[in-house]
Amino acid sequence: MMKTAQITLTINGEKHIEDVPVRMNLADFIRTKIGLTGTHVGCEHGVCGACTLFLDGVTIRSCLTLAVQADGSEITTIEGYETDKNASDLIKNFHTRNALQCGYCTPGMLASSIEYIEQGNPADRELVKQHISGNYCRCTGYQAIVDAICTTIEERQN
Amino acid sequence: MKAPDFSYEKPNSIPGILSLLEKDELECQLLAGGQSLMPMMNFRMATPKTIVDISGVSELSLITDTPKAIEIGAMVRYCELQDSDVIQKFCPLITMVIPHIAHPAIRNRGTIGGSIGLSDPAAELPAVLLALDGKVEVSSNKGIREEPANKFFKGIYETACSSNELITKIILPKALPKQKFGFYEISRRHGDYAMAGVCIAQDQDLTVRVAFFGVAEKALRIASIEKVLSGNSDFSQSIIENAQNAAEDIQFEGDMNAGPEVKKHLAKVVLERALEGIK
Repeated sequence: MMKTAQITLTINGEKHIEDVPVRMNLADFIRTKIGLTGTHVGCEHGVCGACTLFLDGVTIRSCLTLAVQADGSEITTIEGYETDKNASDLIKNFHTRNALQCGYCTPGMLASSIEYIEQGNPADRELVKQHISGNYCRCTGYQAIVDAICTTIEERQN
Repeated sequence: MKAPDFSYEKPNSIPGILSLLEKDELECQLLAGGQSLMPMMNFRMATPKTIVDISGVSELSLITDTPKAIEIGAMVRYCELQDSDVIQKFCPLITMVIPHIAHPAIRNRGTIGGSIGLSDPAAELPAVLLALDGKVEVSSNKGIREEPANKFFKGIYETACSSNELITKIILPKALPKQKFGFYEISRRHGDYAMAGVCIAQDQDLTVRVAFFGVAEKALRIASIEKVLSGNSDFSQSIIENAQNAAEDIQFEGDMNAGPEVKKHLAKVVLERALEGIK
Protein backbone atom coordinates (compact mmCIF):
# COMPACT_ATOMS: atom_id res chain seq x y z
CA MET A 1 0.00 0.00 0.00
CA MET A 2 1.18 3.48 -0.88
CA LYS A 3 2.47 5.70 1.93
CA THR A 4 4.57 7.91 -0.32
CA ALA A 5 4.09 8.78 -3.95
CA GLN A 6 6.06 10.49 -6.68
CA ILE A 7 4.15 13.40 -8.14
CA THR A 8 4.81 15.61 -11.14
CA LEU A 9 3.22 19.03 -11.27
CA THR A 10 3.78 22.53 -12.57
CA ILE A 11 3.86 25.41 -10.12
CA ASN A 12 3.90 28.95 -11.53
CA GLY A 13 5.19 27.57 -14.83
CA GLU A 14 7.99 25.51 -13.30
CA LYS A 15 7.88 21.70 -13.43
CA HIS A 16 8.52 19.78 -10.22
CA ILE A 17 8.96 16.04 -9.61
CA GLU A 18 8.86 15.21 -5.91
CA ASP A 19 8.32 12.30 -3.55
CA VAL A 20 5.64 13.14 -1.01
CA PRO A 21 4.06 11.39 1.96
CA VAL A 22 0.46 10.75 0.81
CA ARG A 23 -0.95 12.37 3.95
CA MET A 24 0.72 15.73 3.17
CA ASN A 25 -1.70 18.42 2.05
CA LEU A 26 -0.99 20.62 -0.95
CA ALA A 27 -0.46 23.77 1.13
CA ASP A 28 2.26 22.13 3.24
CA PHE A 29 3.83 20.61 0.13
CA ILE A 30 4.10 23.99 -1.59
CA ARG A 31 5.41 25.71 1.54
CA THR A 32 7.85 23.10 2.83
CA LYS A 33 8.91 21.01 -0.18
CA ILE A 34 8.87 23.73 -2.82
CA GLY A 35 9.68 26.61 -0.48
CA LEU A 36 6.98 28.97 -1.76
CA THR A 37 5.73 30.35 1.54
CA GLY A 38 3.34 32.92 0.08
CA THR A 39 0.50 30.42 0.43
CA HIS A 40 -0.77 30.74 3.99
CA VAL A 41 -2.27 28.08 6.22
CA GLY A 42 -4.96 29.29 8.59
CA CYS A 43 -7.67 26.99 9.87
CA GLU A 44 -6.72 23.76 8.07
CA HIS A 45 -10.35 22.80 7.65
CA GLY A 46 -11.49 24.86 4.70
CA VAL A 47 -13.25 27.69 6.50
CA CYS A 48 -10.83 30.65 6.50
CA GLY A 49 -9.74 30.66 2.85
CA ALA A 50 -6.13 31.77 3.49
CA CYS A 51 -4.71 28.76 1.59
CA THR A 52 -6.82 29.32 -1.54
CA LEU A 53 -4.83 29.02 -4.79
CA PHE A 54 -5.37 27.96 -8.42
CA LEU A 55 -5.33 24.32 -9.49
CA ASP A 56 -5.90 23.79 -13.22
CA GLY A 57 -7.36 27.26 -13.53
CA VAL A 58 -9.88 27.19 -10.69
CA THR A 59 -9.57 28.19 -7.04
CA ILE A 60 -9.28 25.45 -4.45
CA ARG A 61 -8.48 25.14 -0.76
CA SER A 62 -4.95 23.77 -0.65
CA CYS A 63 -5.47 22.58 2.95
CA LEU A 64 -8.33 20.32 1.78
CA THR A 65 -6.42 18.82 -1.13
CA LEU A 66 -3.66 16.28 -0.74
CA ALA A 67 -0.45 16.93 -2.64
CA VAL A 68 -0.85 13.49 -4.23
CA GLN A 69 -4.26 14.58 -5.61
CA ALA A 70 -2.51 17.42 -7.44
CA ASP A 71 -0.33 15.00 -9.44
CA GLY A 72 -0.31 16.10 -13.09
CA SER A 73 -1.89 19.47 -12.39
CA GLU A 74 -0.93 23.07 -12.98
CA ILE A 75 -0.83 25.29 -9.95
CA THR A 76 -0.61 29.04 -9.62
CA THR A 77 0.20 30.56 -6.24
CA ILE A 78 0.47 34.19 -5.12
CA GLU A 79 4.11 34.15 -6.30
CA GLY A 80 2.72 33.78 -9.84
CA TYR A 81 -0.24 36.16 -9.79
CA GLU A 82 1.65 39.15 -11.14
CA THR A 83 3.11 37.33 -14.13
CA ASP A 84 0.88 34.28 -14.77
CA LYS A 85 -2.44 35.93 -13.91
CA ASN A 86 -1.63 39.52 -15.02
CA ALA A 87 -2.94 40.71 -11.68
CA SER A 88 -0.47 43.53 -11.01
CA ASP A 89 -3.28 46.10 -11.24
CA LEU A 90 -5.32 44.21 -8.63
CA ILE A 91 -2.28 43.92 -6.37
CA LYS A 92 -1.62 47.66 -6.79
CA ASN A 93 -5.24 48.40 -5.88
CA PHE A 94 -4.97 46.21 -2.79
CA HIS A 95 -2.10 48.53 -1.74
CA THR A 96 -3.73 51.83 -2.62
CA ARG A 97 -7.13 50.94 -1.11
CA ASN A 98 -5.55 49.53 2.08
CA ALA A 99 -7.13 46.14 1.37
CA LEU A 100 -4.69 44.46 3.74
CA GLN A 101 -3.14 45.14 7.10
CA CYS A 102 -1.48 42.01 8.46
CA GLY A 103 -1.62 40.34 5.04
CA TYR A 104 -2.39 36.86 6.30
CA CYS A 105 -5.59 36.51 4.26
CA THR A 106 -4.17 38.27 1.20
CA PRO A 107 -2.90 35.24 -0.81
CA GLY A 108 -6.32 33.59 -0.61
CA MET A 109 -8.19 36.86 -0.98
CA LEU A 110 -6.26 37.60 -4.18
CA ALA A 111 -7.03 34.12 -5.54
CA SER A 112 -10.77 34.56 -5.02
CA SER A 113 -10.62 38.13 -6.39
CA ILE A 114 -8.74 37.04 -9.52
CA GLU A 115 -11.29 34.27 -10.14
CA TYR A 116 -14.18 36.73 -9.77
CA ILE A 117 -12.58 39.18 -12.22
CA GLU A 118 -11.50 36.46 -14.70
CA GLN A 119 -15.08 35.18 -14.89
CA GLY A 120 -16.09 38.57 -16.30
CA ASN A 121 -18.25 39.48 -13.32
CA PRO A 122 -19.38 43.09 -12.79
CA ALA A 123 -18.15 45.65 -10.24
CA ASP A 124 -21.21 44.91 -8.10
CA ARG A 125 -20.42 45.13 -4.38
CA GLU A 126 -23.05 42.56 -3.37
CA LEU A 127 -21.81 39.97 -5.88
CA VAL A 128 -18.20 40.62 -4.87
CA LYS A 129 -19.11 40.11 -1.22
CA GLN A 130 -20.80 36.81 -2.04
CA HIS A 131 -17.81 35.63 -4.04
CA ILE A 132 -15.27 36.42 -1.31
CA SER A 133 -17.55 35.19 1.49
CA GLY A 134 -15.32 32.13 1.85
CA ASN A 135 -12.28 34.24 2.74
CA TYR A 136 -11.91 35.60 6.27
CA CYS A 137 -10.14 38.90 6.86
CA ARG A 138 -9.88 39.96 10.49
CA CYS A 139 -8.22 43.35 9.85
CA THR A 140 -9.92 45.38 7.16
CA GLY A 141 -13.66 44.95 7.62
CA TYR A 142 -13.76 43.87 3.94
CA GLN A 143 -14.92 47.23 2.53
CA ALA A 144 -11.42 48.10 1.34
CA ILE A 145 -11.07 44.69 -0.31
CA VAL A 146 -14.37 45.13 -2.15
CA ASP A 147 -13.14 48.63 -3.15
CA ALA A 148 -9.94 47.17 -4.61
CA ILE A 149 -11.78 44.50 -6.62
CA CYS A 150 -14.41 46.90 -7.97
CA THR A 151 -11.79 49.53 -8.81
CA THR A 152 -9.79 46.94 -10.77
CA ILE A 153 -12.84 45.87 -12.76
CA GLU A 154 -13.79 49.49 -13.51
CA GLU A 155 -10.23 50.37 -14.55
CA ARG A 156 -10.06 47.38 -16.89
CA GLN A 157 -13.36 48.37 -18.49
CA ASN A 158 -12.16 51.92 -19.19
CA MET B 1 -4.14 19.82 12.53
CA LYS B 2 -2.93 17.43 9.86
CA ALA B 3 -4.51 14.22 8.63
CA PRO B 4 -3.31 11.05 10.39
CA ASP B 5 -1.21 8.49 8.54
CA PHE B 6 -2.97 6.41 5.87
CA SER B 7 -2.32 4.50 2.67
CA TYR B 8 -3.48 5.85 -0.65
CA GLU B 9 -4.89 4.10 -3.69
CA LYS B 10 -6.20 5.59 -6.92
CA PRO B 11 -7.84 2.89 -9.06
CA ASN B 12 -8.62 3.75 -12.68
CA SER B 13 -11.80 1.66 -12.98
CA ILE B 14 -14.98 0.99 -11.01
CA PRO B 15 -14.10 -2.74 -10.57
CA GLY B 16 -10.72 -1.57 -9.24
CA ILE B 17 -12.47 0.53 -6.58
CA LEU B 18 -14.94 -2.23 -5.72
CA SER B 19 -12.28 -4.90 -5.24
CA LEU B 20 -10.46 -2.64 -2.74
CA LEU B 21 -13.74 -2.05 -0.87
CA GLU B 22 -14.18 -5.83 -0.54
CA LYS B 23 -11.01 -6.10 1.54
CA ASP B 24 -12.33 -5.31 5.01
CA GLU B 25 -8.84 -5.35 6.54
CA LEU B 26 -7.94 -2.23 4.47
CA GLU B 27 -10.66 -0.17 6.20
CA CYS B 28 -11.17 1.84 3.04
CA GLN B 29 -12.61 5.32 2.94
CA LEU B 30 -13.65 6.72 -0.43
CA LEU B 31 -12.23 10.13 -1.35
CA ALA B 32 -14.22 12.12 -3.93
CA GLY B 33 -13.82 15.92 -3.66
CA GLY B 34 -12.55 15.72 -0.09
CA GLN B 35 -14.27 18.90 1.05
CA SER B 36 -15.84 17.18 4.07
CA LEU B 37 -13.52 14.19 4.45
CA MET B 38 -10.30 16.24 4.61
CA PRO B 39 -11.52 18.50 7.46
CA MET B 40 -12.76 15.40 9.30
CA MET B 41 -9.34 13.79 8.88
CA ASN B 42 -7.53 16.98 9.87
CA PHE B 43 -9.66 17.05 13.03
CA ARG B 44 -8.95 13.30 13.53
CA MET B 45 -12.68 12.63 13.55
CA ALA B 46 -12.02 10.25 10.65
CA THR B 47 -8.95 8.00 10.80
CA PRO B 48 -9.21 5.67 7.82
CA LYS B 49 -6.47 3.14 7.17
CA THR B 50 -6.77 3.38 3.39
CA ILE B 51 -7.94 6.28 1.24
CA VAL B 52 -9.40 5.24 -2.12
CA ASP B 53 -9.34 8.24 -4.46
CA ILE B 54 -12.14 7.75 -7.01
CA SER B 55 -11.21 10.74 -9.19
CA GLY B 56 -9.26 8.51 -11.58
CA VAL B 57 -12.43 6.99 -13.08
CA SER B 58 -13.69 9.29 -15.82
CA GLU B 59 -17.12 7.66 -16.18
CA LEU B 60 -17.97 8.82 -12.65
CA SER B 61 -17.72 12.42 -13.88
CA LEU B 62 -20.42 12.22 -16.57
CA ILE B 63 -23.78 13.95 -16.70
CA THR B 64 -25.99 11.82 -18.99
CA ASP B 65 -29.30 12.88 -20.51
CA THR B 66 -31.32 9.66 -21.01
CA PRO B 67 -34.93 9.48 -22.28
CA LYS B 68 -36.26 8.92 -18.77
CA ALA B 69 -33.87 10.67 -16.42
CA ILE B 70 -30.75 12.72 -15.84
CA GLU B 71 -27.95 10.53 -14.54
CA ILE B 72 -25.21 12.32 -12.65
CA GLY B 73 -21.94 10.53 -11.93
CA ALA B 74 -20.86 10.53 -8.29
CA MET B 75 -17.68 12.54 -9.05
CA VAL B 76 -19.50 15.42 -10.78
CA ARG B 77 -18.41 18.54 -8.95
CA TYR B 78 -20.73 21.31 -7.74
CA CYS B 79 -19.16 23.78 -10.19
CA GLU B 80 -19.92 21.39 -13.07
CA LEU B 81 -23.54 21.10 -11.96
CA GLN B 82 -23.74 24.88 -11.78
CA ASP B 83 -22.37 25.35 -15.30
CA SER B 84 -24.34 22.50 -16.94
CA ASP B 85 -27.06 23.46 -19.46
CA VAL B 86 -28.59 19.96 -19.10
CA ILE B 87 -28.92 20.44 -15.34
CA GLN B 88 -30.35 23.94 -15.75
CA LYS B 89 -32.97 22.62 -18.20
CA PHE B 90 -33.95 19.35 -16.54
CA CYS B 91 -32.98 19.80 -12.87
CA PRO B 92 -33.57 23.52 -12.20
CA LEU B 93 -33.80 22.93 -8.46
CA ILE B 94 -30.11 21.96 -8.45
CA THR B 95 -29.21 25.16 -10.28
CA MET B 96 -31.17 27.14 -7.65
CA VAL B 97 -29.43 25.41 -4.76
CA ILE B 98 -25.76 25.18 -5.80
CA PRO B 99 -24.83 28.87 -5.19
CA HIS B 100 -25.78 28.34 -1.53
CA ILE B 101 -23.42 25.40 -1.04
CA ALA B 102 -20.25 26.68 0.64
CA HIS B 103 -17.95 28.96 -1.37
CA PRO B 104 -16.56 28.97 -4.93
CA ALA B 105 -13.26 27.28 -3.99
CA ILE B 106 -15.19 24.50 -2.20
CA ARG B 107 -17.68 24.13 -5.07
CA ASN B 108 -14.75 23.71 -7.47
CA ARG B 109 -13.86 20.47 -5.65
CA GLY B 110 -16.91 19.11 -3.81
CA THR B 111 -19.02 16.43 -5.53
CA ILE B 112 -22.66 15.36 -5.62
CA GLY B 113 -21.77 11.78 -4.68
CA GLY B 114 -19.77 13.01 -1.70
CA SER B 115 -22.67 15.10 -0.42
CA ILE B 116 -25.24 12.33 -0.91
CA GLY B 117 -22.94 9.67 0.55
CA LEU B 118 -22.04 11.71 3.65
CA SER B 119 -25.66 12.51 4.63
CA ASP B 120 -24.71 15.61 6.57
CA PRO B 121 -28.00 16.79 8.15
CA ALA B 122 -27.34 20.40 7.08
CA ALA B 123 -26.31 19.66 3.48
CA GLU B 124 -28.55 20.78 0.61
CA LEU B 125 -28.24 17.98 -1.95
CA PRO B 126 -29.80 15.17 0.13
CA ALA B 127 -32.91 17.37 0.44
CA VAL B 128 -32.82 18.06 -3.32
CA LEU B 129 -32.69 14.31 -4.00
CA LEU B 130 -35.67 13.74 -1.68
CA ALA B 131 -37.74 16.60 -3.13
CA LEU B 132 -37.10 15.35 -6.68
CA ASP B 133 -37.85 11.76 -5.63
CA GLY B 134 -34.63 10.58 -7.26
CA LYS B 135 -32.63 7.40 -6.89
CA VAL B 136 -29.09 6.48 -5.96
CA GLU B 137 -27.24 3.88 -8.01
CA VAL B 138 -25.05 1.85 -5.69
CA SER B 139 -22.46 -0.62 -6.99
CA SER B 140 -20.57 -3.44 -5.32
CA ASN B 141 -18.90 -6.67 -6.39
CA LYS B 142 -22.33 -8.30 -6.06
CA GLY B 143 -23.85 -6.03 -8.68
CA ILE B 144 -25.69 -2.75 -9.12
CA ARG B 145 -28.82 -1.68 -7.26
CA GLU B 146 -30.95 1.44 -7.19
CA GLU B 147 -32.02 2.81 -3.85
CA PRO B 148 -34.93 5.29 -3.81
CA ALA B 149 -34.18 8.62 -2.13
CA ASN B 150 -36.76 8.14 0.63
CA LYS B 151 -35.00 4.95 1.77
CA PHE B 152 -31.42 6.16 1.33
CA PHE B 153 -30.79 8.56 4.23
CA LYS B 154 -30.77 6.79 7.59
CA GLY B 155 -29.35 9.34 10.03
CA ILE B 156 -26.39 11.64 10.72
CA TYR B 157 -23.62 10.45 8.35
CA GLU B 158 -25.58 7.24 7.83
CA THR B 159 -27.02 5.96 4.55
CA ALA B 160 -28.21 2.74 2.92
CA CYS B 161 -24.79 2.46 1.25
CA SER B 162 -22.59 -0.07 3.07
CA SER B 163 -18.81 0.07 3.47
CA ASN B 164 -18.16 -2.21 0.47
CA GLU B 165 -20.44 -0.27 -1.85
CA LEU B 166 -19.79 2.73 -4.08
CA ILE B 167 -22.33 5.35 -5.13
CA THR B 168 -21.92 5.41 -8.91
CA LYS B 169 -24.80 7.64 -10.05
CA ILE B 170 -27.50 9.95 -8.82
CA ILE B 171 -30.61 9.46 -10.99
CA LEU B 172 -33.10 12.31 -11.16
CA PRO B 173 -36.39 12.45 -13.07
CA LYS B 174 -36.43 15.15 -15.74
CA ALA B 175 -38.33 18.29 -14.82
CA LEU B 176 -41.54 18.65 -16.80
CA PRO B 177 -42.70 22.02 -18.20
CA LYS B 178 -45.43 22.60 -15.62
CA GLN B 179 -43.44 21.41 -12.61
CA LYS B 180 -42.49 24.11 -10.10
CA PHE B 181 -39.70 24.26 -7.56
CA GLY B 182 -39.00 26.24 -4.42
CA PHE B 183 -35.94 26.59 -2.21
CA TYR B 184 -34.95 28.69 0.77
CA GLU B 185 -32.28 28.45 3.44
CA ILE B 186 -31.07 30.55 6.34
CA SER B 187 -27.39 30.59 7.26
CA ARG B 188 -25.29 32.96 9.35
CA ARG B 189 -22.90 33.80 6.51
CA HIS B 190 -23.51 33.22 2.79
CA GLY B 191 -22.22 29.72 2.07
CA ASP B 192 -22.13 28.53 5.67
CA TYR B 193 -24.01 25.40 6.63
CA ALA B 194 -27.73 26.13 6.72
CA MET B 195 -29.36 26.62 10.13
CA ALA B 196 -32.54 25.53 8.36
CA GLY B 197 -33.55 25.00 4.75
CA VAL B 198 -36.20 23.45 2.57
CA CYS B 199 -36.59 22.17 -1.01
CA ILE B 200 -40.05 21.95 -2.59
CA ALA B 201 -41.21 20.29 -5.80
CA GLN B 202 -44.73 20.63 -7.19
CA ASP B 203 -45.65 18.12 -9.92
CA GLN B 204 -47.99 18.72 -12.84
CA ASP B 205 -50.79 16.87 -11.01
CA LEU B 206 -50.20 19.25 -8.03
CA THR B 207 -48.54 16.59 -5.88
CA VAL B 208 -46.08 18.41 -3.63
CA ARG B 209 -42.92 17.05 -2.03
CA VAL B 210 -41.26 18.99 0.79
CA ALA B 211 -37.78 18.09 2.08
CA PHE B 212 -36.11 19.92 4.96
CA PHE B 213 -32.43 20.02 5.86
CA GLY B 214 -30.53 21.43 8.83
CA VAL B 215 -33.42 20.92 11.25
CA ALA B 216 -33.24 17.23 12.19
CA GLU B 217 -30.82 14.29 12.30
CA LYS B 218 -31.01 13.97 8.49
CA ALA B 219 -32.66 15.53 5.45
CA LEU B 220 -36.29 14.44 5.53
CA ARG B 221 -39.66 14.74 3.83
CA ILE B 222 -42.64 15.71 5.95
CA ALA B 223 -45.81 13.90 4.85
CA SER B 224 -48.18 16.08 6.86
CA ILE B 225 -46.95 19.26 5.16
CA GLU B 226 -47.07 17.60 1.74
CA LYS B 227 -50.70 16.61 2.41
CA VAL B 228 -51.64 20.21 3.24
CA LEU B 229 -49.97 21.59 0.11
CA SER B 230 -50.83 18.92 -2.48
CA GLY B 231 -53.78 19.63 -4.75
CA ASN B 232 -53.35 23.42 -4.59
CA SER B 233 -52.19 25.35 -7.63
CA ASP B 234 -51.47 28.47 -5.58
CA PHE B 235 -50.53 28.78 -1.94
CA SER B 236 -52.71 31.30 -0.11
CA GLN B 237 -51.74 32.69 3.28
CA SER B 238 -54.10 30.26 5.04
CA ILE B 239 -52.62 27.23 3.23
CA ILE B 240 -49.13 28.42 4.15
CA GLU B 241 -50.21 28.79 7.79
CA ASN B 242 -51.68 25.28 7.79
CA ALA B 243 -48.42 23.96 6.33
CA GLN B 244 -46.46 25.83 9.00
CA ASN B 245 -48.64 24.27 11.71
CA ALA B 246 -47.99 20.85 10.17
CA ALA B 247 -44.24 21.56 10.54
CA GLU B 248 -44.74 20.97 14.27
CA ASP B 249 -44.63 17.26 13.38
CA ILE B 250 -40.89 17.42 12.65
CA GLN B 251 -38.61 15.84 15.27
CA PHE B 252 -36.41 18.92 15.56
CA GLU B 253 -32.78 18.42 16.58
CA GLY B 254 -30.61 21.30 17.77
CA ASP B 255 -26.98 21.82 16.81
CA MET B 256 -24.15 24.05 18.08
CA ASN B 257 -25.84 27.15 16.59
CA ALA B 258 -29.47 26.68 17.52
CA GLY B 259 -31.69 24.58 19.78
CA PRO B 260 -34.80 22.68 18.69
CA GLU B 261 -37.15 25.64 19.41
CA VAL B 262 -35.11 27.95 17.17
CA LYS B 263 -35.02 25.25 14.49
CA LYS B 264 -38.80 24.96 14.67
CA HIS B 265 -39.18 28.71 14.20
CA LEU B 266 -36.68 28.76 11.31
CA ALA B 267 -38.33 25.77 9.62
CA LYS B 268 -41.60 27.70 9.49
CA VAL B 269 -39.84 30.78 8.11
CA VAL B 270 -38.00 28.91 5.34
CA LEU B 271 -41.17 27.01 4.43
CA GLU B 272 -43.12 30.25 3.99
CA ARG B 273 -40.37 31.95 1.97
CA ALA B 274 -39.82 28.91 -0.26
CA LEU B 275 -43.55 28.68 -0.99
CA GLU B 276 -43.69 32.40 -1.78
CA GLY B 277 -40.80 32.04 -4.19
CA ILE B 278 -41.98 28.85 -5.91
CA LYS B 279 -41.67 28.93 -9.70
